[in-house]
Amino acid sequence: MAHAAARPKGSVSDVREHPSMTMRDRISGALGRRLVIGTPFLWLLIFFLVPFGIVFLVSLGAPEFGVPPYSPAFEWDGGVPRFVGSFDNYIFLTEDDLYWIAYLGSVKIALGATLLCLLVAYPMAYMIARAEPGMRNILLMLVILPFWTSSLLRIYALMGMLRQGGFINSALMGLGITDAPIQMMQTDFAVYLTIVFTYLPLMVLPLYSTLEKLDGSLLEAAADLGANSFQTFWTVTLPLSLPGILAGCLLVFIPAVGEFVIPDLMGAQDSPMIGNVLWGEFTRNRDWPVASAVAIAMLALLVIPFMLLRNTSALRD
Amino acid sequence: MKTTVTMTAAILVAATGVASAQERVLNVYNWSDYIAEDTIAKFEEQFGVKVNYDVYDSNEVLEARLFAGNTGFDVVVPTSDFLRRQIGAGIYQPLDKSKLPNLANMDAGLMANAAAYDADNTHAVVYMWGTTGIGYNAGKIAEILGQDAPTDSWSLVFDPEIVSQLAECGVSLLDAPTEMLPAAMNYLGLDPRSTDRADFEAGAELLESVRPHIRYFHSSQYITDLANGDTCVAVGWSGDVFQAQARAAEAENGVEIAYVIPKEGALQWFDMMAIPVDAPNPDLAHEFINFVMDAQITADITNYVWYANANAASMPLVDPEITSDPGIFPTEEAKARLWGAEVYDSRTDRIVNRLWTQVKTGQ
Repeated sequence: MAHAAARPKGSVSDVREHPSMTMRDRISGALGRRLVIGTPFLWLLIFFLVPFGIVFLVSLGAPEFGVPPYSPAFEWDGGVPRFVGSFDNYIFLTEDDLYWIAYLGSVKIALGATLLCLLVAYPMAYMIARAEPGMRNILLMLVILPFWTSSLLRIYALMGMLRQGGFINSALMGLGITDAPIQMMQTDFAVYLTIVFTYLPLMVLPLYSTLEKLDGSLLEAAADLGANSFQTFWTVTLPLSLPGILAGCLLVFIPAVGEFVIPDLMGAQDSPMIGNVLWGEFTRNRDWPVASAVAIAMLALLVIPFMLLRNTSALRD
Repeated sequence: MKTTVTMTAAILVAATGVASAQERVLNVYNWSDYIAEDTIAKFEEQFGVKVNYDVYDSNEVLEARLFAGNTGFDVVVPTSDFLRRQIGAGIYQPLDKSKLPNLANMDAGLMANAAAYDADNTHAVVYMWGTTGIGYNAGKIAEILGQDAPTDSWSLVFDPEIVSQLAECGVSLLDAPTEMLPAAMNYLGLDPRSTDRADFEAGAELLESVRPHIRYFHSSQYITDLANGDTCVAVGWSGDVFQAQARAAEAENGVEIAYVIPKEGALQWFDMMAIPVDAPNPDLAHEFINFVMDAQITADITNYVWYANANAASMPLVDPEITSDPGIFPTEEAKARLWGAEVYDSRTDRIVNRLWTQVKTGQ
C-alpha cells in the first residue's frame, strides 16, 4: 500500500482507519472493494488482453495449409516453449503501400464522419437538454429508437433510398430538379452519410449528459457580467461540455476507423478502408498471420496517439 | 490455447449430442438463392429432422470458416477448384457411397469432369453447375449501342470504347479475382488457365483500362440491380442472371434481361456437395446428399434457380424452357469453348489477389 499515502483525502483508504469498524467489516469491505475494482480488470483481461495476445501470436506465425491455417509462433521443445515465429509479416506491411493508404483513408473518413456527427449532434443534444423535462425523455427516445433496429437493416433501407431508381432520385426527377439519376451509391458521400446516420446516437447521448448537468447559474453569471449569448456559449457552455465532446468523438471515431460493412456495401472501389483490406487478407489470401499483423498495426497506430494525447492533457491539468 | 479449444469443442460436441438425442439436426451451408423453396421443408418432413440452413455469397467466406475449424456444418457446397484445395488441407471426409444409392442418377460425363478436381468423386457430388458469362439489359443496350451491339462477346465489358458508352447505364463485374482475371486473359488470347505472372498482369492491365467505367465489383448485388434496371451489364453467374430475368418479369417493369456465354468462351464451374471431417451429423448429411440427388428434387431445384444440374435422371422432369436455353445447357459448339478453373497455390493466389486489389482501387 505504498501508494496509499499519495492518494488525495477522502479516497477509500480513509475508511480503513474508521474506529467504529469491526475487523469483520474491514475484511468484507476489502473483499468488496477488490471485487468492485477487480471486475473491470477481469473483463479487460478476458475480452481484450487474451484475444489481443492470441492475435499477436498469430501475427508472428506463417500461413500454412490446414486447420488452423497458420504455423504457431512457439514450438514446445521438451516442455520448454521455443520461439520460431518472426516479424516478417510486419515488414511485409511496410513493403506495400496499400496498407498505409487504406489506413490513412480510414482515418480520413472516420475523422470527417466524426466531425459531421459532432456538428449534427451538438445542436440536437443542446436543444434536448434545454427542452421541458417531460419532453426530454420523448426526444431522447426518438434518438435511441432507431438503435433498436439492426444497423444492417437501416443500411439496406438507406441503400434503397440512395440507389439509381430509389426514392431520392425518383423524387428529384419527378419534381424536374434533375434530368438523370445522381450517382450516390458507391461514393464517399454514401459512406459519410451512412456512418453519420448509424453512429449519431453515440454522439448525442454523451453530449446530452454533460449539457444536461451544466450549472444554469454559471450562464446567469455570464449574462450578469454582460456576455451576449454567443460569448456565453463560447466561453462557458462549450468548454464545460468538452468531456462530452471528447467522449462522443471517441465513441464514433474508434469504431468508424475499423468500419467494414458500410464501405463494403456503399463505398467507392478506389477508397478501400482498412477493415476491407483486413477482410481480404483473411478470406481471399487465407493469410491469417498478415491479417493479424494488419489488426495489431492498426491498433498500435490508433492507441499510441491517444495515449500521447492523454498524457499531454494530464500534464495540462 | 490448444487445450481451451479442445475443451470448448468437447463441450460443444456434448451439447450437440444432447440436442440430437431429442431431435436430429442437420446444418447446411449453401450459396444464397440456390435452392427450391420447398426442398428443405420436404427433407424435414420426410426424415423427421430439423434443418438449419445458412447461406454465403463467396467461396472465400466459406473457406475462411472451414479453415477456422469446428464450423458445425454437415453439408457445404464449395466450387470445384476451391474444393480441391480444401481436400488437400484435409477438410472433407470421403463419402460413403453405399449410403448414396441415388448416385446412379448422375450424369457420368459431368461427374467425370468434376472428378478432375476430386479423383473418383471421392469427397463430393455435383450440386449444380453453370458458367460465368454476361447478363445484360437487352432494351437499354440496343438503345445505346444500336441493333448490332456485340452482345455475344466479352468486348461488351472488356473493350474500353464500348464500356465507356455503357458506364452511364451501369456496368458491374463479379468481385471474384479467380474468375475475372482468367476471363480477361482469355479475351486477350492468352490461356485462361495460365499461372504465369505476366499473363495475370496483362489481364489486370486490361481490367484497369475499363475500371473507370465500372460501377462496382460485387457477386450478388447485380441480381437486384439488373432486375430493377439500375445497371445494364453485369458479368455474372448464369443462374443468378436468369433469376434477375425472372424478377424483372415478375415486376413487369419492362426490363428484359438476357444471359450469354460469350463467343470467346467462358468459365465452367461445378458446385459440389461435401461433408466436413468434423460434421456433427455425417449420417444425416449423407441422407441429405442422397435426397438432393433424387430426380424430382434436383429437377425442382433447377426449375426454381435456373442452374443446370448433373442429374441425368432429372432431365425429363426439368422445364423444357430451361433445357432448351443455350445459356443454361450450352450447345456442343459452345461447350468446346468452356474452360475449367485452374487450382492456384498460395503464392499464385497472393499475386492474383494483389493484382485484383490494384484493379479495384488503382493502388
